[in-house]
Amino acid sequence: MKLWAILKVALRALSRNKMRSLLTMLGIVIGVGAVITMVSIGQGAQNLVEEQIQSMGTNILQVWAGSRRFGGIQMGAGTSGTLTEEDILAIERESSVVQAVTPIIRSQGQMVFGNQNWFTQIQGVNDKYLKIRAWPIQDGEFFTEGDIQAAARVVVLGKTVADNLFPGIDPVGQILRVRDLPFRVVGVLSSKGQSMMGQDQDDITLMPYTTVQKKVRGRANLSIENAMLSTVSPAASYVAEKQISEILRQRHRIRQGEPDDFTVRNLSDIAETAQQTTTIMTLLLGSIAAISLLVGGIGIMNIMLVSVTERTREIGIRMAVGARSGQIRLQFLTESLVLSLIGGLIGVLLGAGLAIVISRFFSWPTLVSSLSVLVSFAFAAAVGIFFGYYPAHKAASLDPIEALRYE
Amino acid sequence: MAEATQQERRRTEQHDSGLGLVSPDQSDVIRLEQVHRIYRSGDVEVHALRGVSLAIGRGEFVAIMGPSGSGKTTLMNMIGCLDRPTRGHYFLEGMDVSQFSGNELADVRNRKIGFVFQAMNLLPRTSSLENVELPLLYAGASPREQLRRAREALASVGLSDKERSVPSQLSGGQQQRVAIARALVNRPSIFIADEPTGNLDSRSSLEVMEIFQRLNREQKLTLVLVTHEADIASHATRIVTVRDGRIRQDAPVASPRSARETLDQMPPASDEAAEEAL
Ligand SMILES: Nc1ncnc2c1ncn2[C@@H]1O[C@H](COP(=O)(O)OP(=O)(O)O)[C@@H](O)[C@H]1O
Ligand SMILES: [Mg+2]
Repeated sequence: MKLWAILKVALRALSRNKMRSLLTMLGIVIGVGAVITMVSIGQGAQNLVEEQIQSMGTNILQVWAGSRRFGGIQMGAGTSGTLTEEDILAIERESSVVQAVTPIIRSQGQMVFGNQNWFTQIQGVNDKYLKIRAWPIQDGEFFTEGDIQAAARVVVLGKTVADNLFPGIDPVGQILRVRDLPFRVVGVLSSKGQSMMGQDQDDITLMPYTTVQKKVRGRANLSIENAMLSTVSPAASYVAEKQISEILRQRHRIRQGEPDDFTVRNLSDIAETAQQTTTIMTLLLGSIAAISLLVGGIGIMNIMLVSVTERTREIGIRMAVGARSGQIRLQFLTESLVLSLIGGLIGVLLGAGLAIVISRFFSWPTLVSSLSVLVSFAFAAAVGIFFGYYPAHKAASLDPIEALRYE
Repeated sequence: MAEATQQERRRTEQHDSGLGLVSPDQSDVIRLEQVHRIYRSGDVEVHALRGVSLAIGRGEFVAIMGPSGSGKTTLMNMIGCLDRPTRGHYFLEGMDVSQFSGNELADVRNRKIGFVFQAMNLLPRTSSLENVELPLLYAGASPREQLRRAREALASVGLSDKERSVPSQLSGGQQQRVAIARALVNRPSIFIADEPTGNLDSRSSLEVMEIFQRLNREQKLTLVLVTHEADIASHATRIVTVRDGRIRQDAPVASPRSARETLDQMPPASDEAAEEAL
């Protein structure tokens, strides 16, 4: 007996009892639908986090002056002036995996242009900053090494600052004022969007760090509280962390056993934690939904068992006209497989539809991945075979004379 | 015990020789030798067949009679390869099917045997055509072959116009004729019917018997039929009487009645309507 014949027999048997077939399918439809929706919510979140991490750069490390613990007193990172320009140069020179380093000197201030003004974060950086952050410039250009040497009064504006201060005007070449000093706008950054913490990363003004030290803060040779650096690859960030620690401990003459007077923060750590969290969330949502799929499978078994009893006479007739018990088993197994596959298909459509509705109306990002569709489809098939096997086996092991006596 | 068995064997052989059917003959389609069938359900044992020996030649039309519970259905299941003897042997066309596996028996049923039961022969909510196709499906025939032969079989029982009807749309007599078509479709060598007219009015019963006689006459089909009614049995060429799991009587019918003739003498009209009302 060929496969198509068995399939035909199963399909006919199912269509002979449409209501029962539909009810049997319902459990699988709900189960698969729930898995697809839940996983799409989880994966949507995962995707969002991943995107943000990408925009942040997973190969970025930050070094802060000062340590968390110092003489038993909890100190904020960046509170003591232990990081120097020489330290930064040493890191760039001596570490084998560090690509580029920039000091970051933070300040803030009111930007004024004509009758517009905008309060924003100021970061003093060097000419490698954009390369480290993989942040392209949109208009104009970035400041040069010469600007840094000269502590030139030049600024590069974030998109938000540019839009608010220069509505409808090309900012490049304009002169704005910060703390009553004129600065020339040399460039505008492309938009980077929100950070993982929900901050607007485009609300920023970049200046040469020397300019921030001398002109904005007004104190020359101020020590550096923070440096940002990029490694050759995300994987290298752990090596970099170790090398930086060694270089700085040596330069700061810290003896064995004494605590660091600096802190290295690895963004990959944060990224990994965030990724793990969303992965766990996806798994959790998925497995809760999978339980409903399992319940659907038990539903199949239940109804198939009832069906085998109800159709005892049919089984007897089939056996009398020459069906082998293996063919009976295959027929019932095919019936439950077909039910769970059709149920799975409807469930996938329903789940995907629901995911779209959720992302439309609740603006929660959802992602229906082909993997989740495949996995839940395969799972539905497995459920059909697993829970269909016992009823099919029961049908196949009926004694023909007993089956024919059954009324 | 051994002596009793011996006696029994002698008696059966007497029956056989009385009919002129010499016992170990390859021309016997069906040959049962000392067949016992004991049903066990828990501690209870029912001895349904107590040493039945029976030989049926090709082209015979045998009616099996006997009171309820005498073992007729058990015997039919045995002959139809739905069951195996607890003890004894059954040779079907010379093959000892008492040694066959479940799958082998299924194949024998498919290729050599056609069944008609008393009632509920057909798959519910399934068209006549699909019901008749069933044995061909398990025989592995192509869909076109299935359709062609099922149509042919339905035509031979006069139901070409009921191909698409489901059992609930058919009268009892029509349902039995569909069952006959299904039993015929795979060209079996034995045709087995367990009280096929038990639920039918006399006209429908005669129509069924008419088909049986025609098959027996024209195709030399071997027929074994269980019936309660002496009327029906008298259409066969031989009547075997069973009681308490043993054969009590086995005799040829001197001049079998012709169902065709009886039908021709009946008034034709109004019966069709009566049948439809059933
Ligand atoms: N499957 C079975 N299990 C137990 N007892 C059975 C079974 N089939 C038949 N019997 C018993 O065997 C005896 C013969 O039954 P059966 O062959 O059906 O007789 P008949 O068809 O002549 O009425 C009866 O006593 C019946 O109760
Ligand atoms: Mg009976």
